Amino acid sequence: MTSQLDYTLVVGLEIHVQLSTRSKLFCGCAVEFGASANSRVCPVCLGMPGVLPVMNRQAYEDSVLVASALNCKIAPFTKWDRKSYYYPDLPKNFQTTQYDLPLSYDGFIEIPIENAGPKRVRITRAHLEEDAGKNLHSSGPFSQVDLNRTGTPLLEIVTEPDLNAPAEVKALAMELQRIVRYLGVSEADMQKGHMRFEPNINLLIRKEGREYKTPITEVKNLNSFRALERSVAFETQRQLDAFCETGKTMVSGSKTTRGWDDGRQVTVLQREKEEAHDYRYFPEPDLLPVEMDAAWLKRIQSRLCELPLQKQTRFVHAYRLSPYDAGVLSADRATADFFEKTVGHGAEPKRVCNLLTQVGLKLANERDCGLVELGLTSRAVADLVLMVTRGEVSASGGNTLLEHMVTSGKRPEVLADELQLLQKSDSAELEIIVDKILQEQDKAVAEVRARGKKAKKAQGFLLGQVMQRTGGQANPQVVSELLAKKLS
Amino acid sequence: MEQKITESQVEKVAQLSRLALTPAEITEFTGQLESILEYVAKLNELETDHVEPLAHCLPITNCLREDEIRESMGAEKTLANAPQRDGPFFRVPKILDDHSGP
Repeated sequence: MTSQLDYTLVVGLEIHVQLSTRSKLFCGCAVEFGASANSRVCPVCLGMPGVLPVMNRQAYEDSVLVASALNCKIAPFTKWDRKSYYYPDLPKNFQTTQYDLPLSYDGFIEIPIENAGPKRVRITRAHLEEDAGKNLHSSGPFSQVDLNRTGTPLLEIVTEPDLNAPAEVKALAMELQRIVRYLGVSEADMQKGHMRFEPNINLLIRKEGREYKTPITEVKNLNSFRALERSVAFETQRQLDAFCETGKTMVSGSKTTRGWDDGRQVTVLQREKEEAHDYRYFPEPDLLPVEMDAAWLKRIQSRLCELPLQKQTRFVHAYRLSPYDAGVLSADRATADFFEKTVGHGAEPKRVCNLLTQVGLKLANERDCGLVELGLTSRAVADLVLMVTRGEVSASGGNTLLEHMVTSGKRPEVLADELQLLQKSDSAELEIIVDKILQEQDKAVAEVRARGKKAKKAQGFLLGQVMQRTGGQANPQVVSELLAKKLS
Repeated sequence: MEQKITESQVEKVAQLSRLALTPAEITEFTGQLESILEYVAKLNELETDHVEPLAHCLPITNCLREDEIRESMGAEKTLANAPQRDGPFFRVPKILDDHSGP
């Protein structure tokens, strides 16, 4: 019965992105994934009395850069605040974050939507704050605390509730990952927790001419695109069912918190002490405000580049690639640049794309590196593609050559010779072979000439015979033409 | 600031700050906090209609450091003051409503 209800899913997303600075936000301790426990800690991280935090310039500038890419207004004056927080993974008992004067606000991001144009999602704000340490749960009545992660710079990005489908939520997360990687401000590695998501979800239900809003739930700490998409889908159904069962609607200002149980693929209510959200923000007296001026902003924004979605759209139009292919090529800025350089040497875009996406990226994945780290030059790849275009090697021969270029570092024409992948395209030479086959296979020849049902199959058979005789080195295009001419 | 602070407010603040106070302490601190608030309430007598809000008391901005690594203290020193430790970790009572991060 729930399926008959007319409803709209409404989702706003909070995203934490870890910035890839060398040192922490307020001290010189190294940000280092996998360092031994509590080895990257100093009195500032520990919140010792009398310590003074000092803001990391790179973290602030990187935040402004991302905010600019998200079309945000950059605050000319920004400051930090303390948010009360009583857990041992942040021993200061507060998180240094931004409350009423965030460094940026009022922006938007455009996300790709399948089979439709891009969708614009408003950005409420983006601000810079510190991460907490890690609680590890050992057996017994104790927890272990590792403070290495305390003070790691996080950019918190908050969207307006403009997302209306689980796939849109995922698309925004993935687009943001591409953007921060393009800008070179975060590795955005999900495995390392560099991006964490918290969707706020409810439904607008229309029933008998009236509108109802279901109670908002926030799903905490999702760290994969899949978990994000699935938890939103799960919440949609759960809230529909709950509405049908209880008819409960949203109460202003209240929301419940849920966690994602990946094993069971469900969200679970997290019990919280009443008024746990009484954060009692107050201005951080130990950090000085930052004032932005036009010259500084211009210097930071000079690091802006063509964004992934713009590049993807341009690739579709300029190189006549499918949106999918353009998306794969533009996922990574270095790969996209390599593609364009190769095409710049005169190679056919579609062929370059196929070679890079079907073979190049596969090889890179196997080696756990980027495409541009395979040791290929754009010149050599372009030459290879030109050989395929000229019919000197077949398309599949081209794929084989690219693999060997990676392993041996040799030039494509040298390898084509060594591996005997050069196609015979010389029609005079091929004509002799074709004539021989036609003499030998008079039955098939007769079938082709009869133009009956069997003609097509017989012609394919003859082509196969020629290919076999040449050890697969004949250019099938040229052979087909010869056969057609001789059998017409 | 005419309203006086109540014992239940003190109780609430104590709970938020994870402080276990005895009833006698609650009464004692309610009195102390009340006199502090009364003292601070003197500020309300000031005419502030034409004064810009202040984000920070120092007239300085843009004190930033370069992104350079400095040596940390090392785990031994870090854990030196810990009431309890578990190998290279701090050991704390089990965290129940852990949402991993603020």
